[in-house]
Amino acid sequence: MLSQLEGSRAVAGAVVCCRPQVVCAYPITPQTHIVEAIGASVKSRQLKHCRFINVESEFAAMSVAIGASATGARAYTATASQGLLFMIEAVYNAAGLGLPVVMTLANRAIGAPINIWNDHSDAMAVRDSGWVMLFAEDNQTATDLHVQAFRLAEELSLPVMVCVDGYVLTHATERVDVPTQEQVDAFLPPYKPRQVLDPADPVSIGAMVGPEAFTEVRYLAHAKQLQALERIGEVAGEFAEGFGRHSGGLVSTYHVEDAEVVIVALGSVLGTIKDATDELRANGARVGVVGITSFRPFPLDVLREAIGDARKVVVVERAFSAGFGGVLSTDVGLAISDAKARLSTVVAGLGGRAVTEAGLIGVFEDALGDRLEALRFLDLDKDVVDRELARMAGTRRSGPSAENVLRDLGTVASGAL
Amino acid sequence: MTVRAQGEHRVAAGEVDGSTTTAGPRERPELFQVRFHGRGGQGVVTAAELLSVAAFLQGRFAQAFPSFGSERAGAPVVAFCRISGTEIRTHAPVDAPDAVVVQDATLLHQVDLFNGLGSEGYLLVNTTHGLDDMGLGGLADRLHRERLVTVPATDLALEYLGRPVPNVVLLGGLAALCGVVSLDSVVAAVHERFAGAVADGNAAAATEAYRLVTAEAKTANKEAAARA
Repeated sequence: MLSQLEGSRAVAGAVVCCRPQVVCAYPITPQTHIVEAIGASVKSRQLKHCRFINVESEFAAMSVAIGASATGARAYTATASQGLLFMIEAVYNAAGLGLPVVMTLANRAIGAPINIWNDHSDAMAVRDSGWVMLFAEDNQTATDLHVQAFRLAEELSLPVMVCVDGYVLTHATERVDVPTQEQVDAFLPPYKPRQVLDPADPVSIGAMVGPEAFTEVRYLAHAKQLQALERIGEVAGEFAEGFGRHSGGLVSTYHVEDAEVVIVALGSVLGTIKDATDELRANGARVGVVGITSFRPFPLDVLREAIGDARKVVVVERAFSAGFGGVLSTDVGLAISDAKARLSTVVAGLGGRAVTEAGLIGVFEDALGDRLEALRFLDLDKDVVDRELARMAGTRRSGPSAENVLRDLGTVASGAL
Repeated sequence: MTVRAQGEHRVAAGEVDGSTTTAGPRERPELFQVRFHGRGGQGVVTAAELLSVAAFLQGRFAQAFPSFGSERAGAPVVAFCRISGTEIRTHAPVDAPDAVVVQDATLLHQVDLFNGLGSEGYLLVNTTHGLDDMGLGGLADRLHRERLVTVPATDLALEYLGRPVPNVVLLGGLAALCGVVSLDSVVAAVHERFAGAVADGNAAAATEAYRLVTAEAKTANKEAAARA
């Protein structure tokens, strides 16, 4: 049903329609509205046969999800930022054990400095954990990806993380076609576990594996990711048949056919990039956009094909690896390693800094004019940085940099307006 | 909140005037952007959401979002609403609003309330005073006088609702001021979100604000015509 509602509520509605049997979560902004809404559905009995478990930490949240999943229950949780870091050992375990937990990651920056706003540092910190990682471009996609996530997870016995930009999407009220219970029931069969802790047919899950077989068991995790690479597009196709709209898949493309410059990005910034593309196309510039929906498994071949003959590829990313540069860029660079295209990384939108259409148009124009360097921090206030570097050079006890920078800027209460 | 779209309604007069001038680098004549200023506890975020629901009920595309921060009662809060005839893809903040709604007049000289508000913009302030009393008379030099309106929204909320929450009341005023949504849609959105006395009180207060602002705008229009 077409509705005007907050992204978190739309996601919660989709999760409820997936009939999870165990939902366990610890509150952390900006994930909170999602689990609050699911909790309300459990309490009102709209979502039946579901235990909502208040846990004492994120580590417990993922541990309970693992335990529930191992007993054959459909398990769901949600977190963000430091919460994800706190559960990271269990995040790896869910993937290593092959348990089809579904988790929403309401993307948020990681401290220090502490920051509650959006970027993709949290997702990048678990890039290698073995989870399938899908990124939502808007709230319709965020909603639909959750339905597809349960289907994929359970088919492949792999956990799936749906990354939804914190605040930018979770707290945005937009038009969303929320799936109906009938549609979801027709698309998502009841969970049939590949492995289950069943007293009638006892097994152990979680064996210690030594050098004799560790490589093989780990390779199987890679093989399952490669299966996911095949299935993600097919599941999106089946979703389109059942729901009458396209959502998901490995990548999305916009005006790439004849593009000279292609921007590659993840998440909600894609809408703003598309607006910038229209603006430039209206003036004859040949620019295009590739959105990566499936970050893990990473669609090397599909991405290479989507980028085509572009002479310049710009990866706009909301995260970076200090001392190196782009994170997503490394993967994109591998995809186009045989092509002649030059690659640039633009780090943008860290810790909630707005990524504007004007800023993106500037990036496109600089790329078209060969003025874009290999690594650019968009809208970086270099003067502020230089002044702090000068303070550090001038005196040994220059003090904490975050506080110094805020004082330099005259900020009284960070984030207040 | 779950509400159903009821098809395209006729867009009230005034919207086209207000939306063509400040819509960013590319002309997007159907785009109308509103920024709400208030304090934590005054329903600033809810106001933007309800405006988006009202627009949705008229078959329009709409996007509401808060300016994200650590929420505290009494702290300055900003929320935005975009309304368009076509799909809204951007997720950038609104930097050039077509209308600004000030829910708390004590913010007037503390926060940059008029940043990005173009010469064709609308301003609605919750106060019992006139613009001149608040030191805002100068705004009439750069904005159309008839697009600057004050409404005693807190008083109306107290009278009709028994609580000093001016957000919905101001939506009634905004509907009258710039016609971007109809009063009927505002009232329908209020009834989708609230029930019972809260819904009825808010709807009645919004309707009264609509009447007051319509009258004030009419007077200002007459004065403007007389000057011309």
